[in-house]
Amino acid sequence: MAYALQQLINGISLGMIYGLIAVGYTMVYGIIGMINFAHGDIFMIGAFLSLIFLLLVTAGGLDGAAAILLVLVLSMAFTALYGWTVERIAYRPLRGSFRLAPLISAIGMSIVLQNYVQVSQGARVKPMEPLVRGGITVMRDGDFAVQLSTMQMLIVAVTLSVLAVFTWLVTRTPLGRAMRACEQDRRMASLLGIDTDRTISITFVIGAALASVAGTMYLLRYGVIDFYIGFLVGVKAFTAAVLGGIGSLPGAVLGGLLIGLIETFWSAYFSVQYKDVAAFSILVLTLVLMPTGLLGRAEVEKV
Amino acid sequence: MTAPAARPALAPALRDAALAALIALGLFLPLVGLRTDVGPGGGLFLRTRWPDVALLVGVVFLGRLAARLWQDWRAARRGASLPKRLAGPLSRSGRLVAPLLLAFALLLPVIPGIGRYELDLGILVLTYVMLGWGLNIVVGLAGLLDLGYVAFYAVGAYSYALLAQAFGLSFWICLPLAGLLAAFWGILLGFPVLRLRGDYLAIVTLAFGEIIRLVLLNWVSLTGGPNGISGIPRPSFFGLSFSAGGGPGSFADAFGLEPSPTHRVVFLYYLILALALLTNWVTLRLRRQPLGRAWEAMREDEVACRSLGINITTTKLTAFALGAMFGGFAGAFFATRQAFISPESFTFIESAIILAIVVLGGLGSQLGVAIAALGLIGGFEVFRDLQEWRMLVFGGAMVLIMIWKPRGLVGSRTPSVALGQRRTISASMVAEGRG
Repeated sequence: MAYALQQLINGISLGMIYGLIAVGYTMVYGIIGMINFAHGDIFMIGAFLSLIFLLLVTAGGLDGAAAILLVLVLSMAFTALYGWTVERIAYRPLRGSFRLAPLISAIGMSIVLQNYVQVSQGARVKPMEPLVRGGITVMRDGDFAVQLSTMQMLIVAVTLSVLAVFTWLVTRTPLGRAMRACEQDRRMASLLGIDTDRTISITFVIGAALASVAGTMYLLRYGVIDFYIGFLVGVKAFTAAVLGGIGSLPGAVLGGLLIGLIETFWSAYFSVQYKDVAAFSILVLTLVLMPTGLLGRAEVEKV
Repeated sequence: MTAPAARPALAPALRDAALAALIALGLFLPLVGLRTDVGPGGGLFLRTRWPDVALLVGVVFLGRLAARLWQDWRAARRGASLPKRLAGPLSRSGRLVAPLLLAFALLLPVIPGIGRYELDLGILVLTYVMLGWGLNIVVGLAGLLDLGYVAFYAVGAYSYALLAQAFGLSFWICLPLAGLLAAFWGILLGFPVLRLRGDYLAIVTLAFGEIIRLVLLNWVSLTGGPNGISGIPRPSFFGLSFSAGGGPGSFADAFGLEPSPTHRVVFLYYLILALALLTNWVTLRLRRQPLGRAWEAMREDEVACRSLGINITTTKLTAFALGAMFGGFAGAFFATRQAFISPESFTFIESAIILAIVVLGGLGSQLGVAIAALGLIGGFEVFRDLQEWRMLVFGGAMVLIMIWKPRGLVGSRTPSVALGQRRTISASMVAEGRG
């Protein structure tokens, strides 16, 4: 029981990270109907930028909450610039090209980003000393103590507040209205005077900023990053987006939580080696059996 | 416009380039300018590299400026663009390229000055040509984007290695078996994904490829896990072995030749050439038959295809099975050539390289695939010392080709079936994107 509770806590904090990335996938899919294959690598760039800014900030003498906040804001800004640039270079010229062109271009962009970071930052893993320590013991069961670390609380708190701001942005602001309009019918939205190119750019910027928050949290939680983390985390986050129903924003967060929980419980009770196989199998099963996901809408193909 | 501007306006171009440089500064300042290194104590520290940032920003500024001025100049100068003027002679000389390439491939081992290294490179290129042609059936003809093609390559390689080691079967018995097993896996993958289209299909195939690789990596008792399988038997030439020492029953002995390790390399070279040509021949023949026409019809419009009474299920499954079978052949060849296989050879990046060969060559074009494999794999070999940079360039090339020539380098091809005169379909005439 205590063991399961511990896994639940671990799973939720991991799932929050997946959820943040999944929102980026689902937004882009909703608005231009393509899988942004490079989104996982944007997350990786976010983690690297966080590491660099963290080293800068701690060298500047800041620490604690102020340092983390500053790192979050800085890496969000710079990762967003990467998201914008990727869209501008690799996707915008391909609007109206054939169906598979953006996906192939995105795969190329993913390879570019990975190797760019490998060249500029080196191939070795970057270990970082834990910045946030401590925690509270929630429950004690014999020798086994259920720990809720400060870091896990931080992840949940930051994710929830970022998602709250994001939800407000999408549901209450003119920008969010433009985004939803583009999602429903891009041509009609542009006829009504919405700058669709700009809206799509902003979608990528927001997606990248959320992925950057996930990158910061991943860095602080696990302390080890390398240039290749984006692929696996990206596929899992995409699985989360599909499981929740692609195009649905609450679905992405729900899917992220589910994937995080499944992965944690699978590693805890079955086998650690096959935890990635479990994630990939869920992806296949969801797409094959339930392509609309949990909260998605069925798509009707018109001829 | 009355008078085209003789000189392009410099000020807007400069402003544009400055903006691009500013964005580049934002991109490169943290990630290139500050490098994280692990210090002697195990902690991380930052090393600054401002000159590199300045260089990159300068390159972006000048590049953008040049691109803008070139665009303005092109817009000001009307007239036939270079590609159009060259199109006629190019297409005429294009007819010669395929026979010349084939002759070159056939004669490569006897050309003086061709040593072991060149032959090994030739084998590598031909392996990718074959994989490219195999994937071309799935992606180029049937229009099913497969991101997990390397899984069938792996199935072929492991089938041969395990069958040969467990039952002592020879290469020539295992080759068809490996192809059959890969085809079986192709159908196994094909069944669940029948309903999926486009990018969902791509992601499922990607997951499938990764699952196969992870199982190979973790099923240590069968596959040896990350250590792989070594000591895979080499193929024989009608029962004659290529043992280095010569001796009775060896190839060198039977033909009265001086024993030489080059014999095996030459044999392997012709073997993969034959396998690749078989792939090409089967594809070309099938394209003219109802099955191939159904593939191409399905690629253009699945709904219309179904309304005309074509069985989508069998059409998709045969595409998957045939593509997988040739992947399996190539895998068995890979295993016998290397004599060692491990899951490391079957990562996603391998699938991406094969896909890039098909895409760069022009979806559906056999010659284009061969040229792209030659250029890409040859290029990898030339720049092998720059491992990290070459993948960077490779990814960039994938993006640029999609932007400039989405139909690939050999974008035009003659239609498989035509009414009356057979005309070349140029890339611009193929209206895609209607889904």
